[in-house]
Amino acid sequence: MNLKLKALTKSIWVFHAACSPCNNCDIEVLDVLTPRHDVERFGIVLVGSVRHADALLVTGVPNYKTKERLKKLYSQAPRPCLVIAVGNCACGRIMFKDSYNSPCAVDEIVPVNVYIPGCPPKPEAVIAGVVKLIKKVRGEK
Amino acid sequence: MIKALLNYFIFPGFLFSAVVGLLSGWVDRKVTARIQYRVGPPWYQNFTDILKLLGKEVIVPEGAKFTFLFSPCLGVLSLSLVAVMLGKSIISPMESFAGDLIVAIYLLVIPAIAMILGGSASRNPLASVGVSREMKLVLAYELPFILAIITVIIKSGGVIQIGQIINHQINYGSNIASLSGILAFIPTVLCMQAKLGFVPFDASEAEQEIMGGILIEYSGLPLALFKLTKALMLYTLPIFLIVLFGAGNLNPLWLILKYIGILVIIILIKNTNPRLRIDQALRFFWRIPTLLAIIAVGLALLGK
Repeated sequence: MNLKLKALTKSIWVFHAACSPCNNCDIEVLDVLTPRHDVERFGIVLVGSVRHADALLVTGVPNYKTKERLKKLYSQAPRPCLVIAVGNCACGRIMFKDSYNSPCAVDEIVPVNVYIPGCPPKPEAVIAGVVKLIKKVRGEK
Repeated sequence: MIKALLNYFIFPGFLFSAVVGLLSGWVDRKVTARIQYRVGPPWYQNFTDILKLLGKEVIVPEGAKFTFLFSPCLGVLSLSLVAVMLGKSIISPMESFAGDLIVAIYLLVIPAIAMILGGSASRNPLASVGVSREMKLVLAYELPFILAIITVIIKSGGVIQIGQIINHQINYGSNIASLSGILAFIPTVLCMQAKLGFVPFDASEAEQEIMGGILIEYSGLPLALFKLTKALMLYTLPIFLIVLFGAGNLNPLWLILKYIGILVIIILIKNTNPRLRIDQALRFFWRIPTLLAIIAVGLALLGK
């Protein structure tokens, strides 16, 4: 197995891209970092700059403004860059599907690697999603 | 020639100090996690981070390509040199050359200059804010740092040679065992904290307000080099302090215990203090530590 990919899965630095969410998913994402669920034991850290990021964590339904920002963020991140969609809004647009200010879903803007549904998803669900993502990157079943 | 290269690249130079520094960085992260009631990362975490960054794409902003890519190397090169000088002086104190203390002081400033150069070359507004803060911080901490080192020079009879300072302490006891030694040690620890860029003096890389500041545009290999610079600093500066203040007994066991002791002080200061604004940091450094260092110089002149 590729050493580069193995190192990547052991230290995922996450950049949090909030695309006009209602902040519930953001709070749950913060919960994942707190002492109870502490994801730093797997090497997962939240970083401030998208240039340092290995994974883009997207919450919310993009509107006309954040759509452009999300596209720009993804193009600014160094490859390989993974995309994690957290919450029902980011997975599919649920009740905002026909809304006047919602042009498209997250996966129509950037290629999403893993979907974590829930409104908001529990911290356990977020961790389970990340485990699935790591398995997918490593090519395991 | 080959021996010198081995010294520079393997032991006690780049490779050895990088490994020790990365392990100390893990100790820092682990203790921080335990203080916050978390579990913390495994011991190989920092090595994995570096390995992963080596495999990432390197993005270079438009313009100033050479400065942007060259400045991360500067810090690593100069700190490896300091590590060699200190390590060789500890192993055989008679071999060092005259004036290497001055060279070490200059080389210890270069990582900060490398950060300033790299941040300016990245052409990012947040990076330029970080650069201006870093410059002010350098101005702030260099004065008490050099005054404290002058205390040590006076106490060892005016020699500017690391080996001679160690010899003097082996013969007459550690510098820290005297009043002026303690008074000079306190500002040096605070300056070390600022040189390492740790809380409370990390305004130039504040993750929460200016998104990593100077490092904001760096990715891949150059970022890994900056992380390595941090790790080398975490090895070199405590050893420098031990050589200056506590070289009375340099058994390997004692050396390791002293190193861990200084590491504990750094981590405790880091975890119990909030970040200072840059003007507060400047005011702080030019008042209390400078005053302490001046008193220490006076006491050293009186022979205390």
